[in-house]
Amino acid sequence: MTTELEIGLYIFMLAGFLGYHVISRVPPLLHTPLMSATNAISGISLIGSLVVAGADYSRLSTILGFIAVVCSASNVVGGFLITDRMLKMFKKGQGRA
Amino acid sequence: MTALSYFYIVSAILFILGLKGLSSPKYARRGMFLAELGMLMAIIGTLFHHEIVTFQWIIIGLVVGSIFGGVMGLWIPMTAVPQRTALSHSMGALAATLVGISEYVRHGASLTKVKMTTIGLEVVIGALTFTGSLMAAGKLQGLLPGAPITYRGQNVSNIALLSSTIAILIYLMFDPAASTLFFLMVGLALLFGFLLVIPIGAADMPVVIALLNSYAGLADASMGFVLMNKIQIITGSLDGTSGFLLSLLMCRAMNRSAVNVLFGAFGKMQVEEAGPAVDARGTVRSITPEEMSVLFESARSVIVVPGYGMAVAQAQYGVSELANTLIKRGIQVRYAIHPVAGRMPGHMNVLLAEANVPYDQLYEMEQINPYFAEADLALVVGANDVTNPAAKNNRSSPLYGMPILEVERAKAIIVMKRSMRPGFAGVDNELYYNPKCMMLFGDAKESLNRLFGVLKS
Repeated sequence: MTTELEIGLYIFMLAGFLGYHVISRVPPLLHTPLMSATNAISGISLIGSLVVAGADYSRLSTILGFIAVVCSASNVVGGFLITDRMLKMFKKGQGRA
Repeated sequence: MTALSYFYIVSAILFILGLKGLSSPKYARRGMFLAELGMLMAIIGTLFHHEIVTFQWIIIGLVVGSIFGGVMGLWIPMTAVPQRTALSHSMGALAATLVGISEYVRHGASLTKVKMTTIGLEVVIGALTFTGSLMAAGKLQGLLPGAPITYRGQNVSNIALLSSTIAILIYLMFDPAASTLFFLMVGLALLFGFLLVIPIGAADMPVVIALLNSYAGLADASMGFVLMNKIQIITGSLDGTSGFLLSLLMCRAMNRSAVNVLFGAFGKMQVEEAGPAVDARGTVRSITPEEMSVLFESARSVIVVPGYGMAVAQAQYGVSELANTLIKRGIQVRYAIHPVAGRMPGHMNVLLAEANVPYDQLYEMEQINPYFAEADLALVVGANDVTNPAAKNNRSSPLYGMPILEVERAKAIIVMKRSMRPGFAGVDNELYYNPKCMMLFGDAKESLNRLFGVLKS
């Protein structure tokens, strides 16, 4: 458990530094799509929710897991759709700087 | 290591590449495609997880969630993106809270200190983000009053509430079987999230949304710690950092300190800001669309300064059309975008892109400020506080220190505005008394229509 936690903390920290560098290079122009994209990606909580909903631990767990699946799935689908809708709108002009 | 772990590693790589794509509008869509692929891989891989025995609820959940998310994602207007974002933060946080509760109920008394702490953090951060984001979404949608609600002892009672929540969490580490206390802790965290957002006005929302984004990321990461799902720790950490970075940027743009925001005390600032006496006085000159068209005839470069008022009046299409007319006449048109011109970070860029403004005409504050002095005309549409020169030269102004668009340096200034009412900060704008400045009063959309009529004839 302790080693698992340790590994987890290392991952958390390194991903944070990586995130800092990747995200500081995103121009303010795309900050709204960035936010909906990170939203969609953090819908990865779906994978944990799927296990809770499908593992048949107890009736309560199944219900809680089911609601969690609905929430996460909606974040994944909605997040990616709206990000793409926004990114589609960003067009370059006709060679005018 | 099972095959599933390899799936997750590839997904994590694709997510990071996806976010990296967002560093340029050219590659952004391609990047997002990679992220979508990563998500699909992770989900399909998980369906083969050895613990999953029934698929009934999984399928119903996936279908219901996809329909709900799909409807929101496809049909929501761009002006409503901030509330959708807030709502999705609250749903992500709810998922983390519920999974945390399920894990607690399943293991209860047998939880180790470490596991209990991670579950505790997951449900506390999740619960407060859930109610906080719901409140933010309600305020943005106009379902709740946008004005801040403040009362005496607000900060003291909020801090007391948060400390008791943490105290219960610490107690649970030593006695994880105390399930009544566990649920009391969840309840207190829900209440705390609600009270945290109550004192915040609608115009402060860019900071709040970014901060809640960061909290939602932390809730996600702590869920990753509870389930020891490493990919979730990664995405949670990325999401948390992203939200935190954005909220710092927003703080700087709104002249708030990071500490001020972290402790959720920003509602207080407004009460203080409402009062100060007006010291900028002089004559205000107004202009008609007919006179304005004459100004365009001699102009060679125009800078448009849009604010949220433009989006409220739905005037972005008119502005974009005006810009096209001017460009056809050989006039250079640029847009100056203040970081907080909108209801969430980058919102104004999206609204203008929707109105077919090419993104290479959109300039950030630092990029455009040096060009105001050479601009023949600055056209301010629905922006106020972010153009107030008092932020630079009046130490007693509550806006002092806030970075602004240096509109006052343009050769001529036209401000399209409904009335002389002060902006959100409740401060009179010195700009309007500048002899170079002319006011075009009235609804921005109607004024633009009249202007078109004149320009065409």
